[in-house]
Amino acid sequence: MTLHPMIAALRKHKAGVVLIAMQIALTLAIVCNAIFIIYARVENVRRPTGMDESNLFMVTQQWVGAPSGDDAASIQKLDAMQREDLNTLRSLSDVESVTPVDTLPLFPSSWNGSVALKPGTDLRSGTARSTYYFGDEQLLKTLGLHLIAGRNFTAADITNKGFRDPAEASMVIITKALADKLYPQGDAVGKVIYLDGGNKPTTIIGEVERLQVPSVDSWASSFVWNSTIEPMRLNANFSRYAIRAKPGRLDAAMRAVPPALYAANPMRVLDDDSIKSFKDIRAEAYRADIGMAVLMGVVCVILLAVTAAGIVGLTSFWVGQRHRQIGVRRALGARKVDILHYFQLENLLIAGTGAVIGIALAIGLNMVLMENFAMDRMPVVYVLCGLVIVMVLGQVAVFVPARRASNVPPVVATRTV
Amino acid sequence: MLVYYLDLAFRGLKRNRVLTALMVLAVAMGIGACMTTFTVLHVLSGDPLPGRSGSLYYPQIDPRDMESYTSGVEPPEQVTWLDGLYLLHARRGSHQALMTGGMVPLQPAQSSIDPFHANARYTTADFFPMFGVPFQYGSAWSQAEDDSKARVVVISSALNDKLFGGKNSVGKTIRLQQTDFRIIGVLGDWRPNPHFYDLYMGAYADYEDVYVPLFTARDLSMDHDGTTDCWGNGASDPQHLEQSSCTWLQFWVQLDNPASVTAYKAFLQHYSEDQHAAGRFVRPPNVRLRNVTQWLDFKQVVPSDTRLQAWLSVGFLIVCLINTVGLMLAKFMRRAGELGVRRALGASRRALFGQLLLESGVIGLAGGVLGLLLSLLGLWLIRQQPSDYAKLAHMDSLMLLATFALSVVASMLAGLLPAWRACRIAPALQLKAQ
Repeated sequence: MTLHPMIAALRKHKAGVVLIAMQIALTLAIVCNAIFIIYARVENVRRPTGMDESNLFMVTQQWVGAPSGDDAASIQKLDAMQREDLNTLRSLSDVESVTPVDTLPLFPSSWNGSVALKPGTDLRSGTARSTYYFGDEQLLKTLGLHLIAGRNFTAADITNKGFRDPAEASMVIITKALADKLYPQGDAVGKVIYLDGGNKPTTIIGEVERLQVPSVDSWASSFVWNSTIEPMRLNANFSRYAIRAKPGRLDAAMRAVPPALYAANPMRVLDDDSIKSFKDIRAEAYRADIGMAVLMGVVCVILLAVTAAGIVGLTSFWVGQRHRQIGVRRALGARKVDILHYFQLENLLIAGTGAVIGIALAIGLNMVLMENFAMDRMPVVYVLCGLVIVMVLGQVAVFVPARRASNVPPVVATRTV
Repeated sequence: MLVYYLDLAFRGLKRNRVLTALMVLAVAMGIGACMTTFTVLHVLSGDPLPGRSGSLYYPQIDPRDMESYTSGVEPPEQVTWLDGLYLLHARRGSHQALMTGGMVPLQPAQSSIDPFHANARYTTADFFPMFGVPFQYGSAWSQAEDDSKARVVVISSALNDKLFGGKNSVGKTIRLQQTDFRIIGVLGDWRPNPHFYDLYMGAYADYEDVYVPLFTARDLSMDHDGTTDCWGNGASDPQHLEQSSCTWLQFWVQLDNPASVTAYKAFLQHYSEDQHAAGRFVRPPNVRLRNVTQWLDFKQVVPSDTRLQAWLSVGFLIVCLINTVGLMLAKFMRRAGELGVRRALGASRRALFGQLLLESGVIGLAGGVLGLLLSLLGLWLIRQQPSDYAKLAHMDSLMLLATFALSVVASMLAGLLPAWRACRIAPALQLKAQ
């Protein structure tokens, strides 16, 4: 079958053809960008933090009437209170291990700075941006991090300092990503770095495989895996603990914490969000991403349904209009399958034209989104994916009216209505 | 005539119910999606203080050192204690207030309520008259209380409900961070959105429950929350923020006419020049003076996801409308015979055009009603989300009207092409074909 008669026939229905092509073009542009957004969000949500997230929870509490000064006596008093809490929590029967922390991955609170290979480097030109985590020798075990080189902190390594004290640790454990950035030869353990543009050398004593930074916002996306762990308890009038419950005892451990802490020292505030399972922390961090992905998915499905309905409607109309011509073709010897193919090919032609325009639109839309919404460039595969979807959609939608057309009996040609 | 056309329109629509339903559904989904996202956008980008926001200004000056200086760089978004105090005491506007936020531990007198953290605002006396804050009981504090670091507090109606069952609690005492405070005022319903005067606590954040005089709060070392930006060797030690080179306070000023705005800008410029000459400011004078609307625009408070969704829904509506145009074209052309008869019997092209347009208007209205229901459903779904702006997502009368206008106009527009094509049919040809 040559395309020439088909194109001649389509010229009689310019308006309809243009409408379907436009609709397919727009659908393609929106759908492949939406799929790209969904993919980007899902990818974000699925990346592992590097921790063993099950059986993990966090406690944040504040003491009432605790010393508020920065003098040594106040700090030591605060540290004694924190150590008392740690002992209390470690003695609970459902608890496996506990570490003091300043924050956890995905929790909306972070301490960021930069690490450098030379002393006194300005903050902004440090070798790498990094987030700092503070904890003791049980941090690796509690968070379930994998040590891949060097050693863990020992109890003797742990120091304490006031929350506002700028003193730097003398040793740190860093993530592999950060180690590779600082020492690309892979020999970071034992080397010296400088934290936050300071002059005091800090030795890298170990490397962990992976530990995500707290923030999931775009400003932190350039250093998501650059974490530095300092062996310190931070002392302030509040404290935070990460706790690993014994397997399957998460709920029991979470319930046991408030009475135990109140029993140790009633002068404190523990409110509704004080005790959070890591599952909840993760859900809260990614709620907006998941919501957006679901919304995009729903929009895509409805959009495809609407476009399919449009194709079915217009093709049905054309079939009705060409009733007699179809009869004539059948009477002249065309088989049913020829009629079916005619409409399928016609749709392929229209959808193909629409899709070509749609590809241009999709790329244009992606560029607009990149400019205004901090999105990445869309890989070609998404455009191809959208192309396949709309072409298949067109063929599926055209099938029912096309089959109805192929069922027009040849005798119609002889009737004068 | 109109009644007759309406009758014809309904008959026309009833003839092919599936097609009609498809068209109405397409319009409804497009309108529903559009109105849901635009209502959210409308709510989030609303004017926090209608009638007042035009005369409220947020001065910015640049006291930083030369570190990473480039000319024309944006000055810090908050002020230091020294500059804030100077601007406050200069009294160049009709009202001005210096403020920052924090969390204070609150120990209720009743043993039935556990101690909890209350969202606090530390500010100066003009905060209340300047922002037009309504009072349910009592009143705000005055400058005398500011100066004497009085232990007085204004509480929100929500906190009053929680602690005192909504009764007049003026004169009663609450304990904040181990210190007794006398309640002197209870706020009425006050919740401007966005939380424009301090965006660092979240643009659609929960409102403060306690308002404490700024100097009292500093005197008692109450914890300061929000952003603190320091430079040089300025340690951000919260106890000594007054002396450090850090910006951590918001300063708002009310300027009632364009002349006072110009004068104030000149005042900021002079102040910067003086400080520069005295050696305290090292950067060349660099000032900004934005009103509430300009400030919110500059800070782009509307979440980018919300704007993205609004654009997406516009695209969605366009596809739905193109779809409706196609279906309407099919529908009208199918009735070529009937239209031919009407033409032959003397109906003018204009009359036919009007009739068909009315028919598409009916579809638009039906789509609008259904779309409204869909957008109410959409808003309900958004309100179930736990994000901080979710509970604001309500339709107002303006958006309600806009929904109907949009749906009718959109479907009339969609009806234009099909109606025009349909009434250009030559009557003779149609009659012959029969």
